[in-house]
Amino acid sequence: MPFSKDKKPLQAPPTEEKTVRTEGLFFKCDNCRQIIWKKELESNLNVCPKCDFHFKIGARHRLELLFDEGQYQEFDPNLTSTDPLNFFDRKSYRQRLEETQKAVGTKDALICARGKLGGREMIICAMEYSFIGGSMGAVMGEKITRAIEAALAEKRPLVIVSASGGARMMEGAFSLMQMAKISAALARLDEAGIPYISILTDPTTGGVTASFAMLGDLNVAEPGALIGFAGPRVIEQTIRQKLPKGFQRAEFLLEHGMIDAIVPRKELREYLINAFKFCLS
Amino acid sequence: MTDDPSRLPPGSDPDTVDLEDVKKQVHELRKRMGSRLTPWERVRLSRHELRPYTLDYVERLFTHFSEIHGDRRFGDDPAIVAGMALFHGEPVAVVGQQKGRNMKERLLRNYGMAQPEGYRKALRIMKFAEKFQRPVITLIDTPGAYPGIGAEERGQAEAIAYNLREMARLRVPIVCVVLGEGGSGGALGIGVGDRILMLENSVYSVISPESCSAILWKDQEHAEEAARALKLTPDYLYEFGLIDEVLPETGDGAHTDHATAAKTVDEALQRHLAEVSRLDPEERSRLRYEKFRRMGAVAEAAAKESLA
Repeated sequence: MPFSKDKKPLQAPPTEEKTVRTEGLFFKCDNCRQIIWKKELESNLNVCPKCDFHFKIGARHRLELLFDEGQYQEFDPNLTSTDPLNFFDRKSYRQRLEETQKAVGTKDALICARGKLGGREMIICAMEYSFIGGSMGAVMGEKITRAIEAALAEKRPLVIVSASGGARMMEGAFSLMQMAKISAALARLDEAGIPYISILTDPTTGGVTASFAMLGDLNVAEPGALIGFAGPRVIEQTIRQKLPKGFQRAEFLLEHGMIDAIVPRKELREYLINAFKFCLS
Repeated sequence: MTDDPSRLPPGSDPDTVDLEDVKKQVHELRKRMGSRLTPWERVRLSRHELRPYTLDYVERLFTHFSEIHGDRRFGDDPAIVAGMALFHGEPVAVVGQQKGRNMKERLLRNYGMAQPEGYRKALRIMKFAEKFQRPVITLIDTPGAYPGIGAEERGQAEAIAYNLREMARLRVPIVCVVLGEGGSGGALGIGVGDRILMLENSVYSVISPESCSAILWKDQEHAEEAARALKLTPDYLYEFGLIDEVLPETGDGAHTDHATAAKTVDEALQRHLAEVSRLDPEERSRLRYEKFRRMGAVAEAAAKESLA
């Protein structure tokens, strides 16, 4: 029978990989799906060299990028939550905190630092998104308030780089009240005529957007950053319809008059230097 | 309940039992139950559809209420009512979220979930009060600020953020009362003041128990546990120093007795308004700042653990 002569048994796949191992060297861009060389991505400030997609970056990396020669002095690094609610969901908040502190290497989701930018003394606070989604509890609230009070006392301009899902629910109403606390401090900074620039990066939502992130003398965003009050999933569930394309992205907010400018990461330093030249003699 | 003989205390004859006695027993039982409400039961009570809403209080607490509409930017948001009124003969500004009692009203009021223009209207009225040195009373009762496309387009976050900052420095007295649901940023958007009071069966939370359950437990089934974990009831919040007074409710709760609830709120408002009105604006402003400045729960960890 001409149809049955080929009776070779199925072969097991070769045990040895024939492809070249590239793990860790290359990276597929979430946005354009192109393969990028990791080194190239890093040297490009974690921005895709092919499509300009801005990947998230950690707080320390951010501070290094902004300050002159990457030099800064951190302050209040040891503030930590007392877990006021004794919060427990599937595991305890205390345990979650300890694990995260170990994994991320910071005590909470924010680093505050003094340093120079364009030769000018200033205070920059940067959020660490990998620390429980950059969420704001009493520690972040306290650290930002202290940073504002320091800016007031030292008459230095302030920059806050946000990357946060919003208020931290494990600290309940304490988290919520940080919004009021920080905003009250910003009122004083405003009255003193000290400039504050808010930089919104991917993502900035919830209680962070609904307080200090939208209260800058200038509110600027990185390209493509998700920025909003409610998260897209919550909105979709509430209104039961698909959200328009590009909804809540930085470009969408710019179009609706909600942010002052979109500034690519590469130009951020230059932008801040110029803005502070406008604000200060 | 009383006409069902099987419910009477054992051994009592339905024909001779004293109705007043039974009423007393019922009252005692209810009182005992009331003090043992679980956080989740409180959440449900805070949302009770017969609970007095902002306008129910406005009707009972004020005279000559005259509503002020619109944000002069985009529209008028019926989820927030605002206006001028007389409180025991003195002019005050009133701002509050309003829910609806039937389907038509609920849709009109959007279930008490305000849009950005609602928050902007609220602040506009507060600034109006400031200009003419009149105190502000805010009545909080909302599941949260509305999460919708239009709300995002028109800057829900910015509207709330701006209110927080401006209320913090408003130069006239502000007294806030949480009547029912204190839903996160949407509540706080009219909730920065010299005093924050809460009715006994109201709640104030960073997130609804349902959403908290959805995020942390990955399902909607753990709302009850979430309500407990969030410590969103007034007793806890008072203990935490986040609010200034818990206003007791009588009987089964405010929903059974609007008049008494209004009286309680009335008395508390008078007392707190008198206290904060006595202060000069500078002092009041400083105290308000310090009030919020203190809110927190942080510790300085040992420096040796610090990272370089």
